[in-house]
Amino acid sequence: MTENNYLLQVEHLRKYFYREKLFSSDRKPIRAVDDISFSIRRGETLGLVGESGCGKTTAGKSILRLVEPTSGRVFFKGINILDLNREGLRKLRPRMQFIFQDPYESLNPRMRVGEIVGEGLEIHRVARGKEKDERVAEILGKVGLHPRDAMRYPHEFSGGQRQRIGIARAISLHPELIVADEPVSALDVSIQAQILNLLMDLRDQLGLTYLFISHDLRIVKHISDRIAVMYLGKMVEVAHGEDLFRRPLHPYTQILLQAIPRLDPSGRSQEVPAREEFRPVSGEEGCLFQPRCPHSKERCQTEEPFLLDHGEEHFVACHFVA
Amino acid sequence: MIKKPLLEIRSLTTHFLTEDGVVRAVEDVSFDISPGEILSLVGESGCGKSVTGLSILKLIPSPPGQIINGDILFEGKNLLTLEEKEMERVRGNEISMIFQEPMTSLNPVFTIGNQIMEAIELHQKIDKKEARQRAIEILDRVRIPSPEARIDSYPHQLSGGMRQRAMIAMALSCRPKLLIADEPTTALDVTIQAQVLRLLKEIQREMGMAVILITHDLGVVAEIADRVAVMYAGRIVESGPIESIFGQMRHPYTRGLLESIPQLGEKKGRLNAIPGQVPNPTDLPAGCKFHPRCYLRIDECQRGEPPLFQVQGNHYSRCLRWKECC
Repeated sequence: MTENNYLLQVEHLRKYFYREKLFSSDRKPIRAVDDISFSIRRGETLGLVGESGCGKTTAGKSILRLVEPTSGRVFFKGINILDLNREGLRKLRPRMQFIFQDPYESLNPRMRVGEIVGEGLEIHRVARGKEKDERVAEILGKVGLHPRDAMRYPHEFSGGQRQRIGIARAISLHPELIVADEPVSALDVSIQAQILNLLMDLRDQLGLTYLFISHDLRIVKHISDRIAVMYLGKMVEVAHGEDLFRRPLHPYTQILLQAIPRLDPSGRSQEVPAREEFRPVSGEEGCLFQPRCPHSKERCQTEEPFLLDHGEEHFVACHFVA
Repeated sequence: MIKKPLLEIRSLTTHFLTEDGVVRAVEDVSFDISPGEILSLVGESGCGKSVTGLSILKLIPSPPGQIINGDILFEGKNLLTLEEKEMERVRGNEISMIFQEPMTSLNPVFTIGNQIMEAIELHQKIDKKEARQRAIEILDRVRIPSPEARIDSYPHQLSGGMRQRAMIAMALSCRPKLLIADEPTTALDVTIQAQVLRLLKEIQREMGMAVILITHDLGVVAEIADRVAVMYAGRIVESGPIESIFGQMRHPYTRGLLESIPQLGEKKGRLNAIPGQVPNPTDLPAGCKFHPRCYLRIDECQRGEPPLFQVQGNHYSRCLRWKECC
């Protein structure tokens, strides 16, 4: 179970939300994350893609226990972090960090950049006083900011610079795993490329392992070694990046890849086979993608497909893999 | 193109007077668009693309905004000299606009049918019953399933893609000659985006309507536009037919934008990112506004704003060294 080359192993992770009403509680849960399993090797980047509401962010937060999962196991270096008590989790926190999507909301506007980046160093008693300031300056340098930026406040920075601050905070305690949740989605195109380059440089310099969550397939393909595709709380396909783009096996993945706008006007896509969007009803039997699937058959309505290996670490959850 | 342009914009300049100084949002922008053409204004946040769209409809909040200079000729008449009353007859009728976030543009307390009918009744002399019939037809046209039932839905009862379709239906209800679409698919998921773009293109063809598509996404541009104008810091820096621009970019900013996007085919490595940041709009650099970030810059770039150079046909670039670019 705990082979050493895996930094993170997630097994049967579930996160259900229950709607509470004033006089009754609707016990039919929203299955934001519904029984997903995957592993990430040390130094590897796993991209997690899917459309809004597919559960990718909830999955990322559940793994670091920023939200408490409903059930499942999450092994970080062989330790099931869902079994840890507060103190145990606190000790492990520096090793696992999170980068948020919105660089405007995730930084405390009343704290100076130096305090934001140095807070972890102080809390975890790594450094304080002058030594802390020196460490902060060094970290700011690593993310392309100037040491004197430590004295400024977040509002003085542009979106891209703020995301650099968020990244500086995440790497301040020498983490091994970083969960990055749509780290460039809020940024302009030219700034996105700068931040992606920074994340790739830091991965190489610091030997980081990423779970990279995004809705943008181009970006995920660029940065990831392997890619996992989610749909309505389930994982429908996992494969090496090149392999996934060369032979997408799940009909949903095929539709997603076809929908990416090409950057070549001579190759304009002609056909988009996806059926009309459809409001998900959770808790139904069968394959969740079946109502939108162009190849749906009777079996898909009654029997849920499991994620099965189709060779070369290419996993697909579909009864009728072409 | 022998066709007479539907809309001609000449030297449009829109400024905002703020506490921090004058924001030169749009500076000396000129372009035109013919009937049945899709022109895309592309650029990053703050480049002036949305302000250009709003200026055409005279929807710039004033104060602080003000159209300082220019002419906006729609079928030969200058919109900038029209009285507000006359302008109301143009808005929503001859020129309509759709916005990025359908939820903030639709009124949550009225059904989508009410909102579509309001536009029809306002501009065309027909009764309620006929207006309702027209609204159902137009909902059907934007491929909303069972429009007879959906017409009585409230915006919150629809999904994001359906709401954007309802917005498009409302904008098209009076058969405008020009549609200004400001980031119409940015808030949508990629599969829904593909459907909505395709719908826009189909309807545009059927109705022979002209479209100004405002977007930050070169992928969307490549997918549906006929012509492109790339904006940076309030100016058009490069413009031309889509094949010409994507075939041979002649401005370092356009090239930088394209190279910032990861390619699907290539092996991964560092992206060719544009260094630096978009300049502060109250404190723009002298000369070419892009020169501090440009890999081709020479001393001359700081001296004066470069003019638009003709690359070929109607492909223009505002770069002194356009011949060396790309």
